[in-house]
Amino acid sequence: MTDLNKLTIADARDALRKGDVTSAELTGACLTAIEGAGALNAFVHDTSDMARDMAAAADVRLKDGDAPAMCGIPLGIKDLFCTRGVPGQAASGILEGFVPEYESTVTQNLWDAGAVMLGKLNMDEFAMGSSNETSVYGNVINPWRRAGSDTPLTPGGSSGGSAAAVAADLCLGATGTDTGGSIRQPAAFTGITGIKPTYGRCSRWGVVAFASSLDQAGPMTKTVRDAAIMLGAMCSHDAKDSTSADIPVPDFEAALSGDIRGKVIGIPKEYRMDGMPTEIEKLWADGTAMLKDAGAEVRDISLPHTKYALPAYYVIAPAEASSNLARYDGVRYGHRAKLAPGDGITEMYEKTRAEGFGAEVQRRVMVGTYVLSAGFYDAYYNRARKVRTLIKRDFEQVFEAGVDAILTPATPSAAFGLGEMTSADPVQMYLNDVFTVTVNLAGLPGISVPAGQDAAGLPLGLQLIGRPWEEGDLLNCAYALERAAGFVAKPQKWW
Amino acid sequence: MSIDTNTAARVAKLARIRVEEDALPALAEEFNTILGFIEQLSEVNVDGVEPMVSVTPMRLPRRADAVTDGDQQAKILSNAPDAREGFFAVPKVVE
Repeated sequence: MTDLNKLTIADARDALRKGDVTSAELTGACLTAIEGAGALNAFVHDTSDMARDMAAAADVRLKDGDAPAMCGIPLGIKDLFCTRGVPGQAASGILEGFVPEYESTVTQNLWDAGAVMLGKLNMDEFAMGSSNETSVYGNVINPWRRAGSDTPLTPGGSSGGSAAAVAADLCLGATGTDTGGSIRQPAAFTGITGIKPTYGRCSRWGVVAFASSLDQAGPMTKTVRDAAIMLGAMCSHDAKDSTSADIPVPDFEAALSGDIRGKVIGIPKEYRMDGMPTEIEKLWADGTAMLKDAGAEVRDISLPHTKYALPAYYVIAPAEASSNLARYDGVRYGHRAKLAPGDGITEMYEKTRAEGFGAEVQRRVMVGTYVLSAGFYDAYYNRARKVRTLIKRDFEQVFEAGVDAILTPATPSAAFGLGEMTSADPVQMYLNDVFTVTVNLAGLPGISVPAGQDAAGLPLGLQLIGRPWEEGDLLNCAYALERAAGFVAKPQKWW
Repeated sequence: MSIDTNTAARVAKLARIRVEEDALPALAEEFNTILGFIEQLSEVNVDGVEPMVSVTPMRLPRRADAVTDGDQQAKILSNAPDAREGFFAVPKVVE
């Protein structure tokens, strides 16, 4: 078998179980692909020795017939996940040299299932960004290029390394995290699938916190089936995360019948933005027609508070970030600034945080500090939390009216050039999350599926939003969309 | 609502992030851009709406008040920039 790194998780699983291929071979193919892909800057911490050991152990399990679906599957892990004994710094200078003494629950679940860790993946610093340009490791480059151009493009963010690695076949799947769209937007920019499950499905324990009421982990994969398989292995109830849901994890893959006859798909009118590129509008209309052809009932719906989701998010997320990131004080881990004679503890905090945090992280921590400060707490933070209640209520009302899933564009554009947005004010960058952020505020599951290409050949994604805890149903709708869209394009290898 | 350099300096102080004097005007301007965007929230009628506490209605789980962990001093100190005699070490706090 050639090009083992290009296999899907499902095909690799079947080949492993049949004995046609070993995990050692699969892992070796990925490590070779990673070695040749330095130009993408996707992998930032090498764990190849560990990968070979884990692959050997997986091969033993496979031989013994004890093989869960993920057994022997080589994965990339976003740098936000703590993995015991492996440097991890959430792409921040302030965690320089940090080596966790513990394992995140999500990665532990994957290793328990026999998955293999190839290395840690680049991302935006503390998952704050939509272009992977805020990382201390430098930019990730999208494996996709515009036709006839070699302008380097963003893979999206914050899970940009995960998206680039999966799109370039450096791994079979990767973990991502999504606070405002950080799985779904990069998935759309790189022509892959990414699902953010319902808030509480994946344990947040051991995942470096950004905004705790919004953060969720999820898989980034080549197909919807792979997303179903990998998500099942990541989810669990975890006593170490008090918001982890104590409900059974169903077999998500078993839900993939492709039969969506009679399902009601909502098309929210508020997602039709002024100045939306015609390509995005056409993609959305095409996707709607595909689901209708597959037997779904398409219904126009209204989510009236959509417009306020992004401003509410940019109060709530920075507020939670300012609180979560208070722990980076130069005392317990990571960077501590060199102090001048006479400097006390306050100077130590202030210099450490000024040196360790990048510009976007500093900006968000300070905005969060401001909206939580005396005199502004009610006007900003409490008001945003009330608007959040209204945004969630919008969704509850359409679900109560019988809507099974909601179809929207995943992003307002295709991948843009690195540096193209850096001169704009920060709000322009924040608009990237306009279609995805509502889902985090309402705690719902959302999935991005590649569904077309723009005039320059770049991939475009559609988003499906599901009812809480019904990821199986949502994945099945996505599976029907994936089959109808028939997206098979891959980036031309230039790296 | 407009943020001046004094407010920007106060916020930086509260956040314990050193910002040099000459960087304050640009910082204040960025705050104003972001707050101008957030200002849209004042259009929404939120009378009688409860602020969201938890996205999934749930009661925080409780457990018996018992020790479940501990005896990991070396692990806890292993990442400290400065640890001495089993403690985190910091500059003098009390004069």
